[in-house]
Amino acid sequence: MLERSLRRALLCVCLALAVGSIQAREAESASANPELEARMMAVAGELRCLVCQNQTIADSHADLAVDLRQQIRELLARGQSERQILDYMTQRYGDFVLYRPPFKATTALLWIGPAALLALALGALVIVLRRRQRLGDDAFEADPDTDTHTDNHENASHVPNR
Amino acid sequence: MKARLLWPLGIFLVLALFLARGLMLDPREVPSPLIGKPAPAFSAPTLAAPERVLRKEDMLGKVWMLNVFASWCVACREEHPVLMAYARTGGTPVYGLNYKDKREDALQWLKQLGNPYSDIVFDAKGLIGIDFGVYGVPETFIIDRAGIIRYKQIGPITPDVLREKIEPLLKELNA
Repeated sequence: MLERSLRRALLCVCLALAVGSIQAREAESASANPELEARMMAVAGELRCLVCQNQTIADSHADLAVDLRQQIRELLARGQSERQILDYMTQRYGDFVLYRPPFKATTALLWIGPAALLALALGALVIVLRRRQRLGDDAFEADPDTDTHTDNHENASHVPNR
Repeated sequence: MKARLLWPLGIFLVLALFLARGLMLDPREVPSPLIGKPAPAFSAPTLAAPERVLRKEDMLGKVWMLNVFASWCVACREEHPVLMAYARTGGTPVYGLNYKDKREDALQWLKQLGNPYSDIVFDAKGLIGIDFGVYGVPETFIIDRAGIIRYKQIGPITPDVLREKIEPLLKELNA
């Protein structure tokens, strides 16, 4: 008994909780109330499993995910809205559980960052190109390949090792 | 002209700094939103005596630690001697939250290895764990006199963590 649970715990890296044996009971409740189950899975799909962080609570087989699905089921059965349940989860696990974190001061960089970087890069590109456009020809070094077209054509007929 | 050439180096250094910082962060350590907030209320039977109930209110007025553990948790075994040694110093009381365990397994575990806890809350279904935002075992919370969570240790308490983080904070809270 102890050995089995030890092995179970070892299977999961570090703090990860072991795979649950509650799936059978889960399947039963799923068939009992498919409508509730669908709503539960919709909410669970918005939440990150903290044990297997790249999975949603809907996808994960971790013990904690099984427990949290059960908790969502109970909260829904008690008449709580999806919004209330997401709040319930963030109060306990932080914004990190949300796959779509809310827009606020601490997450502003996350949301705006990529667009801001892109805008910055495009802006820099435009400025550099404009500046170059205004420069005279003498500001550029002569390009040995393209500055004399005749040369270029001659070169084209040269095949290496001939 | 020289300054221009330094630009790529500068960008590279900034990027390297960010990436290095990213490598040092542990993605498994999710900061708890409960720090600085009141510990969630609980009222649950103790591990040793199911008829006796332990409440959050019972703890008000003292600094205490809540250590989430289970007999099936390998890292708890590693942490256990640290807690035993700490309990012997007679410092801040450590309470246990026996998480998703079987009563007899947990009692056997403690009998075998020793019991560092002042008292133990038995959380068979892990519901108190959910309220505390527990997502792995072991985890340890430090709760002040007013019942506010001041620190959360994710993963086992090592002698280093105890010396560098936990003891200084306890000293401050107990002052």
